[in-house]
Amino acid sequence: MSMKELGVVGRNVGQRDLESHARGQTTYYEDVHYPRMLHLKMHRSAEPHARIVSVDTSAAEASPGVVCVLTHEDLPGKKVWNGLAAVGVGPEDEPILAFDKVRWRGEPIVAVLGESAEAARAGAAKVEVDYDPLPGVFDVEEAISGSLPALTAHWPNNHYIYPDDHGAAQIRFGDVEQGFAEADHIVEDSYQTSPIEQAPMETNGCIAKPGGDGRITVHTNTQAVHFARDNTAAILGIAPGKLRFLGGTVGGGFGGKVDVAVEPISVLAAMRTGRPVKFKYTREEEMQVSSTRSAWRLNIKDGVMDDGRIVARKITSYQDSGAYLRFSSYGSMKHAGHMPGPYTIPNVWVDARVVFTNRPPSSAMRGFGVMAASFAIELQMDKVAKTIGMDPWQLRLLNAYRNGDMRAHRKVNEDAAMVETIQAAAQLAGHELPAEYQAMTSWDRKAS
Amino acid sequence: MEDKLIRLAVNGRDEAVVIQPLATLQDVLRDKLELNAVKSGCGQGGCGSCSVLVDGELQLSCLTLAERVGDAEVTTLEGLNETNAIVPLQQAFIENYAAQCGYCTAGMVMAAKALLDRNPAPSRDEIVEGLSGNLCRCTGFAPIVRAVQQAAQALSDTGEEAS
Ligand code: FES
Ligand code: FES
Repeated sequence: MSMKELGVVGRNVGQRDLESHARGQTTYYEDVHYPRMLHLKMHRSAEPHARIVSVDTSAAEASPGVVCVLTHEDLPGKKVWNGLAAVGVGPEDEPILAFDKVRWRGEPIVAVLGESAEAARAGAAKVEVDYDPLPGVFDVEEAISGSLPALTAHWPNNHYIYPDDHGAAQIRFGDVEQGFAEADHIVEDSYQTSPIEQAPMETNGCIAKPGGDGRITVHTNTQAVHFARDNTAAILGIAPGKLRFLGGTVGGGFGGKVDVAVEPISVLAAMRTGRPVKFKYTREEEMQVSSTRSAWRLNIKDGVMDDGRIVARKITSYQDSGAYLRFSSYGSMKHAGHMPGPYTIPNVWVDARVVFTNRPPSSAMRGFGVMAASFAIELQMDKVAKTIGMDPWQLRLLNAYRNGDMRAHRKVNEDAAMVETIQAAAQLAGHELPAEYQAMTSWDRKAS
Repeated sequence: MEDKLIRLAVNGRDEAVVIQPLATLQDVLRDKLELNAVKSGCGQGGCGSCSVLVDGELQLSCLTLAERVGDAEVTTLEGLNETNAIVPLQQAFIENYAAQCGYCTAGMVMAAKALLDRNPAPSRDEIVEGLSGNLCRCTGFAPIVRAVQQAAQALSDTGEEAS
């Protein structure tokens, strides 16, 4: 097919909403204006880990412009939840509003509804919570060491249990110990990534508006409008048909707007008051309270031959989920699915654990689970190259997966383009490759 | 403190609005006049998404008290398209793919307009400086800078005003 016949490939295609952006006419969730709209602000935990002794909302309720407050006692349906419960992920572990304990600093406890954002904020600041502080856990390996008590009864060892009682997403392929025994070199290191805030320019938020027909319309900037609706309905114990969720242009998401963080409580507040309710995260909440990309720690051990072939790779990794599960079990599955990187290694052992700590719950961000895996694996590849004195490009070309190779997940590799991609990158970077490496393709392993 | 009636000149119109004490220009423009191009990414002067012109000067409307604007002429992005025709600066944003989610775009265009109105032939460094109070998380700044460069070029070719 000639380029002429292709409508899109190889061309610049106009972005449909660019003109509307440039004119300032794109509609975001916040661009609807309702009279008599209430504003919701959250009173949040000041402690990373504590027993709640008492919650006193009387001063907040008496604060000027405050219309009502909501605590866990007002929740008509679930008290704890998980966003993936509908697809069988569980147990549900995260309180919608904290009751007996708080497990991270910023955990929501009391929602305060005010006539203005300022009235709600002032009211929320007057909620009094008496805490009995508990020791916090902030390190993934410490959390599962057995020396610390469980953060919740759901996870006795502070890590997630996958179905069939697996404490980790696992890969077992070949025999790594034998691979290590046969290897000329052992290369080992530990890698750590940071939590990263998605930091969209538009913070998380929604507006819930009761209609005369008993339905509630929700204008939201969620990245997953049906998912948010179904979860809101499940949390509140109402029929999804009672909710009309309207998405719009999302003012930046990057994975940071899938947590259903604002809708359920806003709908409850709208049901309770019969008035439109707006819940918009402040910039501070967006940075400190909304979930981040999980921090990951990976311990990698490779067995390598003198000629550069990696014959065994063992990875133990820990995803810091923060205090609750959210979507982390899925994140660690994807993470493990990315192992052992785009390389063919005959012996692979992976344990990828989801670990609970007293940090803010973490969640999705672009390439959920995959970025941390690539980061650590590629640093490790450089370390291997250095250890055996081999050009890092050649090391990667030698080990890159080819079509027809059996991957560690017991899937035969198809549509590989790793070799050609490295060759093209080397050329762009002006890095000379020896003739036999230039001649490699994804269809054979001639050079090895 | 009591609610209060103030008058503002916005996009060539006289507006009378009742405001709460300490209301910001952003509150008034967004919530009272429903000029939705005025965004609110932080409400504390850190992002530039609420940028407007006050007597031609770039201002963060979230840090401007509505009462203090007085007789000054306020211009929001909506004010650039009173005749519905798109202006060269907006056209340059479109042609350079200088927006993705679009949340920062209104503020970016206003900052660029303020710059080009005072300096029609800015250097690249001057453009970067002129946009330094405006954050974008999606697009990357290079296409935005290119858009302003193209707009400046278009202006010098035609001798027109930025917008
Ligand atoms: S909203 Fe005004 S600078 Fe961010
Ligand atoms: S286009 Fe999304 S913040 Fe700039």
